Amino acid sequence: MSQLIKQQALAVDTWKMLEIADGETPETVPLPEGDILFPLAVWQARKTEIISCHKRIGLILQPDEPVEDIAGDLDYFIVIAVNFPKFVDGRGYSTASLLRQRYQYQGELRAVGDVLHDQLFYLKRVGFDAWVLKDGKDAVNAIQTAFSTFGDVYQASTSQPEPFFRRRAA
Amino acid sequence: MYQYDAIDRQLINERVDQFRDQVLRWKAGELTDDEFRPLRLQNGLYIQRHAPMFRIAVPYGMLNAAQLRTLAHVARTYDRGYGHFTTRHNLQLNWPKIEDVPDILAELAKVEMHAIQTSGNCLRNITTDQFAGVAADEIIDPRPLAEILRQWTTFHPEFAFLPRKFKIAISGTQEDRAVTWFHDIGLQLKLVGGQVGFTVIVGGGLGRTPIRGQVVRDFLPWQDILSYCEAILRVYNRYGRRDNAYKARIKILVQALGVDAFRDQVEAEWAHGKDGPMTIPQAEYDRVAAHFTAPAYESLPTVDAGFSAKISEEKAFARWGDRNTHAHKVNGYAAVTLSLKPQGIAPGDITSDQMDAVANLADQYSFGELRISHEQNIILADVRQSDLYEVWQQAKAAGLATPNIGLLTAIICCPGGDFCDLANAKSIPIANAIQARFDNLDYLFDIGEIDLNISGCMNACGHHHVGHIGVLGVDKNNDEFYQVTLGGRQGNAAKLGKVIGPSFSAGEMPDVVEKIIQVYLDNRHEDERFLDTFDRIGIDPFKNRVYEGRAHGKAKAAAKEIA
Repeated sequence: MSQLIKQQALAVDTWKMLEIADGETPETVPLPEGDILFPLAVWQARKTEIISCHKRIGLILQPDEPVEDIAGDLDYFIVIAVNFPKFVDGRGYSTASLLRQRYQYQGELRAVGDVLHDQLFYLKRVGFDAWVLKDGKDAVNAIQTAFSTFGDVYQASTSQPEPFFRRRAA
Repeated sequence: MYQYDAIDRQLINERVDQFRDQVLRWKAGELTDDEFRPLRLQNGLYIQRHAPMFRIAVPYGMLNAAQLRTLAHVARTYDRGYGHFTTRHNLQLNWPKIEDVPDILAELAKVEMHAIQTSGNCLRNITTDQFAGVAADEIIDPRPLAEILRQWTTFHPEFAFLPRKFKIAISGTQEDRAVTWFHDIGLQLKLVGGQVGFTVIVGGGLGRTPIRGQVVRDFLPWQDILSYCEAILRVYNRYGRRDNAYKARIKILVQALGVDAFRDQVEAEWAHGKDGPMTIPQAEYDRVAAHFTAPAYESLPTVDAGFSAKISEEKAFARWGDRNTHAHKVNGYAAVTLSLKPQGIAPGDITSDQMDAVANLADQYSFGELRISHEQNIILADVRQSDLYEVWQQAKAAGLATPNIGLLTAIICCPGGDFCDLANAKSIPIANAIQARFDNLDYLFDIGEIDLNISGCMNACGHHHVGHIGVLGVDKNNDEFYQVTLGGRQGNAAKLGKVIGPSFSAGEMPDVVEKIIQVYLDNRHEDERFLDTFDRIGIDPFKNRVYEGRAHGKAKAAAKEIA
């Protein structure tokens, strides 16, 4: 059962990922109803169709999919999920930074995949505001402790756009 | 040197708590080994051949006496009473218990030290010139910007899980002593038209694929260094290879794209960050630089008469003065290198008692501060000439006065197969055997300046590629062999050594080095150092001598040609 963390609490997850089965292509895969996270290729191939039949649209990005490709589409998305196939694959941190800082994406930014306790603090800093914690991991402890590991930060990032040296009391 | 303020202290204390919690959750099975590994590595903790290995950061090489005493205490209490200084401003402990590491970190935090990002695929410790601030050829003191860079690298949220490790070196002198041509980013401070800035070099590295770095920007104003590094790191984080750890360093990306295309990507990225919040304000530079002001030097004569007298009286002191003291920009002062390269000891090793002795020397003679060099020695940067004789006597009593800095026996050497899991071959016994062969000081001084570097595997922690003589441990059918390179060098004209030919057994190595030295002595012109002779006569005479009687392949052909 999915452990979606939002606003310091477990939340009900209404979003489903559209999987492309063997023999299907982005062009041919049936588009289900409901809250769907569409893979980038499906979005690019079927944008008009998706917009016409979905009021709420979600997108899922893989680590190697450049945000530049959807920079003009961001207003359509309620949720963008960024997949971490392995937690040590750090590309999603740049994806999030770009979405929030360069393209001013305002919707939900969700980390999915191999999402673990010890990465939540950095994930929050680069701009994620929803996390699907890996199955079997202690979500209660994560909510209580993992977002407040450090009381302050040196660098500028999404959650704190001013580096410490610009906030230092004179 | 830099003193922590509230935020610096808060962050390292929180780091201790974080790691303590991670160890507990790992012990409880809540973190798998695979999940724990990158976390412990980013705290400098490896699982090694015999025990964990724990790597403590000495940012840009600066230490004070209290910190060194804490290192001595930690090594004594939690390890076997000694530590090992590496080629990148770290101290390694070879035998700590994992369970003790949170307590060690807590002890270190009390003296403003840590093990943050000393390993793992992240931004590593910043390194620089061991004579920063006192070097006679210094253009700009690199330490304030090194500290600003340290803070920027510490817990950077976007770059904690890079394709591979990432090392930055910064130098502010005429002659580069920080190996900036062989780092992921090498920064050379310079002054152009009254403006301070950097030449930015990217994509250098030793290791499996040694490559000299390339200039991506000839001049970058110092205020822009953080935003520019972020642009480089973002391009690397997004596009560096992650499918093959051996091809994941930024040097491979730079090679694949070509430096011009890489530069275009960085500049396009930087266009967004330039003049943004990461631009360093003058006030921040001034705040940090205020920690690196000159100590209270006395006004002294250029040459101390007592020092000169002692030099002419005592040959042993003269030798030490010749090799282990260095020009200082202030009259009457010298920088002193305490050699961690005595015969028979693993190069870079130091006992807790020696650390305490060095801390006392620093307190008594050098304003309570010291530095670690990438050559794995300790430097007292500000010693009065008139105190050198006492310093020498005390250093000698502590076993730290071997007069071999810059000479053949001051070998740069990794821990090798005795300790390291990655090594193909042992390196310390080779270093010790060569030191034993060249134990005659007159002979050693006659040979003169020469860098001999040994690495136990192609990861090149001993920087063998840039040794004038480089030795690389290789594995041949489970036997340890050693490949020799000649002509490598660090500095402004940094380049990689050339492989001399087939590799040798451990037992052959002292003979091989001696033959190489003989060729130099037979051929040198007056005032030629080893490297000068090598550059003039080339590699063939060395090859021929070393492979005499066992020549084959190219060496054989070369031998015939000469005959």
